[in-house]
Amino acid sequence: MYNLIGAGLIVIGGGIGLGQIGGKAMEGISRQPEATGKIQTAMIIIAALLEGLAFGALILGK
Amino acid sequence: MRLNSNGDMNRQAISNIFLSILLVLVPTALVAWDDQPSGEGNLIDTPEEINEYIKHHLQDSHDFTLFTDGETGTHYGFPLPVILWDDGLKIFSSSKFHHGETVAEVDGSYYKLYHSKIYKTNQAGDLEMDEVGHPHNPRPLDFSITKSVLGMLIAGLLLIWGFGSLAKSYKKGPLPSGFGRVLEPLVLYVRDDIAIPNIGEKKHRKFMGFLLTAFFYIWVLNLMGMTPLGFNVTGQIAVTVCLAAFTFFITQFSGNKHYWGHIFWMPGIPVPMKILLIPVEILGMFTKPFALLIRLFANMTAGHFVVMSLIALMITMKAQFGVVASTGIAFFLAFFISLIEILVAFLQAYIFTMLSALFIGMAVADHEEH
Repeated sequence: MYNLIGAGLIVIGGGIGLGQIGGKAMEGISRQPEATGKIQTAMIIIAALLEGLAFGALILGK
Repeated sequence: MRLNSNGDMNRQAISNIFLSILLVLVPTALVAWDDQPSGEGNLIDTPEEINEYIKHHLQDSHDFTLFTDGETGTHYGFPLPVILWDDGLKIFSSSKFHHGETVAEVDGSYYKLYHSKIYKTNQAGDLEMDEVGHPHNPRPLDFSITKSVLGMLIAGLLLIWGFGSLAKSYKKGPLPSGFGRVLEPLVLYVRDDIAIPNIGEKKHRKFMGFLLTAFFYIWVLNLMGMTPLGFNVTGQIAVTVCLAAFTFFITQFSGNKHYWGHIFWMPGIPVPMKILLIPVEILGMFTKPFALLIRLFANMTAGHFVVMSLIALMITMKAQFGVVASTGIAFFLAFFISLIEILVAFLQAYIFTMLSALFIGMAVADHEEH
């Protein structure tokens, strides 16, 4: 029961983080379309780091 | 003339591909290898049984079961070799276990399969359970060719075959032929978009071997997990631990004095902070590969879990919606999640390689004088 609540909290946190990353990347791309490639690469790396964090918490909480 | 020979070569390549697919599939061609039907003929019907089935799929197993006929309880597939070290090498076929239902007798010792693990037992096959339900029996060292090991061997052979032919085709000319035309841009992609930006023009060459191997190995294994053969190799934590260990050791052994300097005596900050940062930095050495292994493992496990749960919808919704509608819904959802999983298969291989390159790049980077 409690681990399900925890999983929900993790997903909320991860969602906020992903939203921030994705939103800022969109903003950056629309400001400087010629830097799309670099922004995308950086975005994927940060998203992957966040994903590792969230998945780590999910696995530990299981 | 030129065109003709090219056409022949393409045909040759295509027939090669078919041949290798056949080589993989023919042994699996539905050999009912269980002489004695086992179960009482239960169909999977309840959520508990579905859960059990999915858990069983996510685990490694000592035999290769493609599917089980629920009415007769016959398993379709083939057994795999079991290799044990228990006072000497013991090799036998996993068909002796009969899916854990009987005790295998080898040279006077008795072994029993319980939850995909092999325990040494007495002749009756009794397991001494503790309060939590884990057996106390001794476990022999298990070097078996399990389903995951078989998957890794197949992936390795596919890579050797694909890249061997790519390497050979460069002897004839600068343009690769056949399937190599698909592989060459991917190799260049790993070099130009992953290795060079992160490690640098001068030093990337030394690490290309590892990065390319990691990338293609993980990708092929992830894609094999999407086939109905049901491999879940990159979803085994042992596999991802080993992959991340490679990154860890390569990073540590190629670290230069700047890298170690940043860990043990961070430049440019006051002395008390330097001391405070030492444990943090040492912890950081281990958390980086730890995040790598957890990410790959959790992603692939979660992917398989979601796909199988969506397929299982056709069983759980059968009562409400009828057979056709529930199958349709399950197929629709599973199909689109599978498409996403194919993207994830590539993305995870890319991220693993990318972050490995990033960590290695941090370890080998030259720092200009501040």
